[in-house]
Amino acid sequence: MAYPTDRKYTKEHEWIQANGSSASIGITDYAQQSLGDIVFVEVPKVGAELAAGKTFGTVESVKAVSDLFAPASGTVTDVNGDLATAPEKVNKDPHGSWMVKITLTNPGELDGLLSAADYEKFVAEEGGH
Amino acid sequence: MSSVETTAHEKPAPPVIRKTALNAIHRQMGAKMVEFNGWEMPVEYPASIGCGIINEHLAVRTGAGIFDVSHMGDIRLAGPQALAAVQHISMNDASKLAIHQAQYSALLYPQGTFVDDVIVHRLAEDEYLLVINAGTREKDFSWVRDNTRQFDCDVENLSDDFTQIAIQGPKAVNLLQKLTDADLNQVKFYWVTRGTLCGLKNILLGRTGYTAEDGFEVYIPSDEETSARIWNEILAAGKEFGAVPCGLGARNTLRLEGKLPLYGHEISDTINVWEAGLDRFCKMEKPEFIGRDALEKAKAAGIKRTLVGLEMVERGIARDDYKVQDESGREIGYVTSGSPAPFLKKNIALAYVPVEHSAVGSKVKVVIRGQGAGAVVVPTPFYRRPKKSG
Repeated sequence: MAYPTDRKYTKEHEWIQANGSSASIGITDYAQQSLGDIVFVEVPKVGAELAAGKTFGTVESVKAVSDLFAPASGTVTDVNGDLATAPEKVNKDPHGSWMVKITLTNPGELDGLLSAADYEKFVAEEGGH
Repeated sequence: MSSVETTAHEKPAPPVIRKTALNAIHRQMGAKMVEFNGWEMPVEYPASIGCGIINEHLAVRTGAGIFDVSHMGDIRLAGPQALAAVQHISMNDASKLAIHQAQYSALLYPQGTFVDDVIVHRLAEDEYLLVINAGTREKDFSWVRDNTRQFDCDVENLSDDFTQIAIQGPKAVNLLQKLTDADLNQVKFYWVTRGTLCGLKNILLGRTGYTAEDGFEVYIPSDEETSARIWNEILAAGKEFGAVPCGLGARNTLRLEGKLPLYGHEISDTINVWEAGLDRFCKMEKPEFIGRDALEKAKAAGIKRTLVGLEMVERGIARDDYKVQDESGREIGYVTSGSPAPFLKKNIALAYVPVEHSAVGSKVKVVIRGQGAGAVVVPTPFYRRPKKSG
């Protein structure tokens, strides 16, 4: 799968798509493939603070429990409620399934993240995909 | 994102990772490979071929699934005193076995705890085959050899001689019947037969498994070429039944729904037979077997903890080793195996709790990332396969 170029990526396999000072966060296609069937997504409530590089939630597949790491700092403004009842959407459409939206504390933080091309190179080295 | 595999981690990584004869095939099929008890094994096959743990699990409940279980070990005991040897080292009563019959049993330490659980097959008048777990192969073989020296009986480790393939599910019998001349309808559950399989003569076909479903396990020569040919022929024969290849992920969720114990989890060298609830496979009427004396004393003393089935009532998934609390938040036990149950569509777990918390309906909490989530003790097994007439 091609990684969309309208967003940035982390080495922990999250994506972040910014629009001005707000941004959506999800996990990558590589992440969903590695996890397998996703059965549980847990993210903080609206108003919670995310700190760049720190864990902010959990995603579980049948077999694995994974922490979600914040690609950037910010305040949660919206949570994708669909994923509480239909977490398998993350498998079907990882780049369309945002988990939280935040207001960025410092949009400049995104400059330090990976481009789609760099991320693709990174996962090719990591997993042979 | 960083992942923790939740069940394939109980042993520190041994220096050499072993591979089954089907390793190359699994990789060609795109399976996700993991280390399990010193073996590199497929945990699941890719979604692009209709697999993934959930689909693999459902295929076994509704059609058929095919597993490479060559990591399992095999010990053969043969000789005039083979029965006496088997009786001495195992807790079930092997004298009840007819030729070609099998039974679930266990090897015990003198203190009544588990060396391993095993399936004992009686292959001939004086010949038995013990099928043992991957992680305990060497330990089991040494244990069996060392504890049967006084008997006139040869003990052989055949673990590397076989590629073992499990064909499991309600359609397994139909699938396998296409490939063998043996009349499988004549083989009852926990019996074995021999027959020609895909042109290979005199192959052992056992109606056994680890999925809480009907099914067979076949033991073929372990060379790569033969193993690959048979695997592919079984897969091809299974197409019309919706059969898919299955990895250890589905194997674990299937056995959990059926409350089948996993060594290192529900049973271990610190858990005894009564705690594990395996009473019906332990024949105290046998005058002697290793562990019997300790078990007699343990029974008289009464057990303090017991294995129960839990169902989560609050949001959250119980996982292996999570702590269990009573309703007031006091720690009372731990989860031995926990997972979403793909067929039952519930989050289930097996756990050791004090006897006073073990009644069906008892409310407990499972500690998930620091928070107690409500769960209730439910009847087990969680899943029981529908009875077929005949």
